[in-house]
Amino acid sequence: MTTMAERTQTTSGARAEGTKTLTLGKAVNEGLRAAMRRDDKVLLMGEDIGPLGGVFRVTDGLQAEFGEERVVDTPLAESGIVGTAIGLAMRGYRPVCEIQFDGFVFPAFNQITTQLAKIHNRTRGAIDMPVVIRIPYGGGIGAVEHHSESPEALFAHTAGLRVVSPSSPQDAYTMIQEAIASPDPVVFFEPKGRYWAKGEVDLDVPVGSATLNAAQVVRTGTDVTLVAYGPSVETALKTAAALAEEGRSAEVVDLRAISPLDTGAVVASVRKTGRCVVIHEAPVFFGAGAEIAARVTEECFYALESPVLRVGGFHTPYPVAKHEHEYLPSVDRVLDAVDRAFAH
Amino acid sequence: MTTTNGSNEAIPTLQLLDPEGRRVTTRGTKGYRDRAADLTPENLRGMYRDMVLTRRFDEEATSLQRQGELALYAPSRGQEAAQVGSAYALRPQDFVFPSYREHGVLQVRGVDTVDRLRFFRGSDHGGWDPNEHNAHVYTVVIGAHALHATGYAMGVQRDGTPLDKHDGTAVITYFGDGATSQGDVNEAMVYATVNQAPVVFFLQNNQWAISEPTSRQTRTPLYRRGEAFGMPSLRVDGNDVLAVYAATQEALERARLGQGPSFIEAFTYRMGAHTTSDDPTRYRTTDQEEVWRRRDPIDRLAALLRAEGELDDEFVAQVQASADELGVGLRSGVRALDGGAPVSTFDDVYATPHGIVASERAWYEAYEAGDPPAEQYAIAETAQGGAR
Repeated sequence: MTTMAERTQTTSGARAEGTKTLTLGKAVNEGLRAAMRRDDKVLLMGEDIGPLGGVFRVTDGLQAEFGEERVVDTPLAESGIVGTAIGLAMRGYRPVCEIQFDGFVFPAFNQITTQLAKIHNRTRGAIDMPVVIRIPYGGGIGAVEHHSESPEALFAHTAGLRVVSPSSPQDAYTMIQEAIASPDPVVFFEPKGRYWAKGEVDLDVPVGSATLNAAQVVRTGTDVTLVAYGPSVETALKTAAALAEEGRSAEVVDLRAISPLDTGAVVASVRKTGRCVVIHEAPVFFGAGAEIAARVTEECFYALESPVLRVGGFHTPYPVAKHEHEYLPSVDRVLDAVDRAFAH
Repeated sequence: MTTTNGSNEAIPTLQLLDPEGRRVTTRGTKGYRDRAADLTPENLRGMYRDMVLTRRFDEEATSLQRQGELALYAPSRGQEAAQVGSAYALRPQDFVFPSYREHGVLQVRGVDTVDRLRFFRGSDHGGWDPNEHNAHVYTVVIGAHALHATGYAMGVQRDGTPLDKHDGTAVITYFGDGATSQGDVNEAMVYATVNQAPVVFFLQNNQWAISEPTSRQTRTPLYRRGEAFGMPSLRVDGNDVLAVYAATQEALERARLGQGPSFIEAFTYRMGAHTTSDDPTRYRTTDQEEVWRRRDPIDRLAALLRAEGELDDEFVAQVQASADELGVGLRSGVRALDGGAPVSTFDDVYATPHGIVASERAWYEAYEAGDPPAEQYAIAETAQGGAR
């Protein structure tokens, strides 16, 4: 676990030709490029990822650099993308699949949960499944149905998968490379609403710094712990800034991964602050926040000043774009939860 | 030979051996007869032996299930020619993706008989190392492995393996008539043809998907599905080991030469139940079973060998002795399978340490040792800290 302050120092200390300001989407692009240059077994597969560069341009320029055999425009069939990626992995390749939008992963759900997640176990470790499933996810972009969902809990519930989501350009750049290097399958959720957010990226950061397993404290504080990942980290940080104006000190933990779950980082923080609010865009009901709340309650029972609270989506279909900002966990709704936590 | 699909439409079907075991010399089949002619009497006796051993394996496994030694078993009785004939056309470098009824294919591929029953014993989710035999473990979700085979073949294409009749590499996937309705099988055919991947789709149409006849899966003869996707497709008499061999060899050769995928429908019959949990008397007649018993694939090959003076009583006795030996080894081997220690459930969930699995394992081990920790997640933290 590193703090943002520590990392910023490291990054700025190394600021030379290796550091650039990139959007999160471009950081994924650079991470893919670096992984493909490093290992010619890395392949990209997906719909419209070739000349178009993907609907979000995350694979922009990669087919021109690596050719059609390594950046493959697939037929429009998601189960086929993942199913053939499994076969390619058995033959020694490291496929990175792009699912165009969150709501379109379900045709591939069977391949991901019954096959990809289990083949290593089914063969008693004889076969590894180094496959990455990239999924632009989350809302806030004013999209139509099936283009704004957060299905991460469905995958975290399946043993054999790693489920991660970067919140910053630096993490996007590092984590995509670590996901590709992982011998385990990784479902890589990219916060599409944050694709255009800019940040400093150290392009020389070593792959293997374990970002896939280790949460990081992105803001230190003493009164309440805000736990978030992916797009909600920004919401948590804005909430913490607002709380600071009110004289309350919030600590923000960016989980980075929900499988595995870095319980230790969250517990250490809550034992210090005594209060915990979990934020995610996915529905609260049976969401990742429920698991975090249960673990925090079991481990921090005597340190807690109030129940663990959750802020997230409702148990409804993702709403029409006109109403999505009421559905998504806003700064105001997180502030409301923090107020309730302090009411105890 | 032609058969009907229930309507009066005749379906062209390659046959080189009639049900009485006589070589058929129909016009237009010379290419296939030439391929089958490559099989020496020694090869044919080898096929006969593997078919007999496969049937014995079937009978032994069924008995073991009846004795409570297996949780389940899916018999292959009646499909020995389709399986053994096609597997004889494979070369060592080729890779096989079976479903879960390909006992004859695994017999030819050299997968240990006991290993083949680990799954059905409930002591393993797989049973062998796929890379040892170039044969993947069973896939139980119907048709899912057709995509794995296609992806594997796309990998072969990217490896730059030689495009050669003998040294090229081909992939074959086995599935049934029920699986042809699955989206994954159809997506696999899209991916295979678009990419011209070196994969052979080997359909064993055994006419029954548990209780549903093929008429519940299709209005069109199934081999025409392959054609529609844009690959050479052929229907063969699946109980004719020579026709199956010749057709598969042709398709594999096409794959090895970089000429893309093929589709073979081996028209056969599932003489037994779907699995040991099934009761075919509820959905089909014994009359139909009797018709197919007269088309038994082993009897057919035996008749050919006898007519050509290649099957004497001594060889038959030798094969019988091998079958008895297989039975003895299988019975004792299966009874000895125990699945290992319960804690092995936590093995190989991930290739690299995963904090949640590590913490649950640590807790379980302490619990089993009679020393459950007061706080479950006190251990969780330690395990996670130590095994990120």
